[in-house]
Amino acid sequence: MDILKFLTAGSVDDGKSTLIGRLLYDTDSVLADQLEAIQKSNRKNDDGTVDLAILTDGLKAEREQGITIDVAYKYFQTEKRKFIIADTPGHIQYTRNMVTGASNADLAIILIDARKGVIEQTIRHSYLVSLLALEHVVVCVNKMDMVDYSEEVFEKIHADYHELATKLGIHEVTFIPVSALRGDNIVNDSAQMPWYKGKSLLAHLETVPVHEVDNLLPARMAVQWVVRPQTDDLHDYRGYAGRVLSGAFRIGEEVKIFPSGNKSKIERLETFDGDLQIAEEGKSITLHLEDEIDISRGDIIGEIERSPLVSNQIEADICWMDTRELDTSATYLIQHQSKVTRCKIKEVLYKVNINTLEKINADTFGLNDIGRVEIKTADELAFDPYETNKRNGGAIIIDSRTNVTVGALMLRAAL
Amino acid sequence: MDYLDQLEAEAIAILREVAGQFEKPALLFSGGKDSITLVRLAEKAFRPGKFPFPLVHVDTGHNFPEVIEFRDRMVKRIGEKLIVGHVQDAIDSGRAIEQKGKNASRNALQTVTLLETIEKNQFDACIGGARRDEEKARAKERIFSVRDEFGQWDPKRQRPELWNTFNGKIHKGENVRVFPISNWTELDVWNYIKRENIEIPSIYYSHKRDVIERNGVWMAAHEFLNMDADDKIYNKSVRFRTVGDMTCTAAVESEKTEIDDIILEISQSKISERGARMDDKVSEAAMEDRKKGGYF
Ligand SMILES: Nc1nc2c(ncn2[C@@H]2O[C@H](COP(=O)(O)OP(=O)(O)O)[C@@H](O)[C@H]2O)c(=O)[nH]1
Ligand SMILES: [Mg+2]
Repeated sequence: MDILKFLTAGSVDDGKSTLIGRLLYDTDSVLADQLEAIQKSNRKNDDGTVDLAILTDGLKAEREQGITIDVAYKYFQTEKRKFIIADTPGHIQYTRNMVTGASNADLAIILIDARKGVIEQTIRHSYLVSLLALEHVVVCVNKMDMVDYSEEVFEKIHADYHELATKLGIHEVTFIPVSALRGDNIVNDSAQMPWYKGKSLLAHLETVPVHEVDNLLPARMAVQWVVRPQTDDLHDYRGYAGRVLSGAFRIGEEVKIFPSGNKSKIERLETFDGDLQIAEEGKSITLHLEDEIDISRGDIIGEIERSPLVSNQIEADICWMDTRELDTSATYLIQHQSKVTRCKIKEVLYKVNINTLEKINADTFGLNDIGRVEIKTADELAFDPYETNKRNGGAIIIDSRTNVTVGALMLRAAL
Repeated sequence: MDYLDQLEAEAIAILREVAGQFEKPALLFSGGKDSITLVRLAEKAFRPGKFPFPLVHVDTGHNFPEVIEFRDRMVKRIGEKLIVGHVQDAIDSGRAIEQKGKNASRNALQTVTLLETIEKNQFDACIGGARRDEEKARAKERIFSVRDEFGQWDPKRQRPELWNTFNGKIHKGENVRVFPISNWTELDVWNYIKRENIEIPSIYYSHKRDVIERNGVWMAAHEFLNMDADDKIYNKSVRFRTVGDMTCTAAVESEKTEIDDIILEISQSKISERGARMDDKVSEAAMEDRKKGGYF
């Protein structure tokens, strides 16, 4: 059994919360006392059934306003998989929440209201999905019950979305006609749409392959912590603790340390449960090298053949996440893996109108703006272009005055 | 990778980020299964080295003796430092006021001692075993969750948390609560305890005990619960699903003495773990309000 992380995207009232509630409800993942709390609540659907959206609308303010204001995580599992859902709001000012949710997801469910079809928000959400390089997209055409479960309506949306996806370079798209409210094609196959021959949403989520390519990517590990007990019996012990970001490391293999460029050979791949021969993507390990070289927290250990880019001048896509505008003369902090260094976002190359995908001229970014920038960092970073290896291609910008995370970066190229 | 391996690897990476980013972290140890799991994960993250942080226990004075005994034995086995903050001290000095009556509990008073312990030791990060599946407000909390000087959590001011990049930068006086097992469910924890063969306090397993009924749930019969003549005592086979203060941890009737049976019972059970805690029964927003006030 493995884990699938996904998020739902759609504009307000497209039915995201209802869809998640339905998934939980029909997989028997709602516990009795939670159900009881919902039943007691006075939010009901028009037909008197319980409003499943309450299962994800967590905070008081949201319950009062009936909107989702932040990312909420939900968990459920079936015989086949454990699922982690990020419920992200669709309201315009919440691009940052969707970017946040998408950064850790393998798959995005894009909801489209069958009555409305592909709208501006659909373009925006799909753009973000392509920007964050999610592996898979599922388009759920929702509220099919309100269009008489019409195949024609579904096919029209299918064709429209296909065109958009092609434009955005999204390759893996699956289309499913659903009614989140009535439960058609969510967990159970729908009796209302015999013309649909595909899987239900859950059946698709249970079987879609994930992380298949990660082991083929170049080997990378970020050093998080140097283990040096310096006790009598462990006098010469020196291990580099970190997580394998991508690819795989093997004992005896030659590796390179970045940014220094020093080389050594892997002596041990240690874990608490014994040494490994191969450490694959995702494993947390303690790596030992044959030579005593200077390595510190934040360094990247990588394979010899396919090196990361090493530079202090970087071109990147940015999503601005703060109410205070980007200041191109200010010094910020940039955090890439476990390395934090100072930086300036020297130049705004362009801003993207995420509703039309047009590139527009701009000097700065405000909350939820997205575009391309040039960055100069104090220390060199060792990264991979986000589109080729997102496990080593993302970084964050921190405002050193407030310590808040103000930007998400998809690193693209060394200048 | 298997899901438990994936969860484990993520938690280890989070613990190592705490070690790398903070000057004076601490691991909040309650004696319950979640914090015991954290201790195992810390062993995996830092051995053969020492933990780069002490364990901190906030002792309400109303803990189960089995749990205190377990705690001391475990600390001895792993050879790490334990700091205990006593709620009783805060009560004796008047900084906390003991509740009265049948529903009196020291659960809320823990926050006073927790914040005092943080301040006294200047901890800048506190690792805790909370999980997002426990409760709705928790479902929205970050893995690195910044608290202000008063320990308060502000859901609207949470930092976006992207990829596995954790921003632990704080101003003086603030601290960060870190939740390495955020993405684990109750069942994941039990499956992990089984897989790793981790010892947990005996009260998690079925045992005979005198209990009384309070607000529709079974509670351990003990003077801490301010019992009176109306409280009828029953002797039952019970176990505890969470382990906290005696005054707020309800027992469930159970004959299960093996972990496999408990796992089965939990996966079939229709009451959530928090449903067995009196402290959340008070109102639907109880947890959210307590967290805003500095509760764990
Ligand atoms: N008829 C119908 N109504 C739906 C469906 N899905 C959601 N709704 C309704 O649409 C409204 C908004 O749903 P909600 O899940 O809160 O949308 P969100 O804002 O995307 O989370 C609610 O009144 C739902 O009951 C559906 O499949 N059919
Ligand atoms: Mg919603």
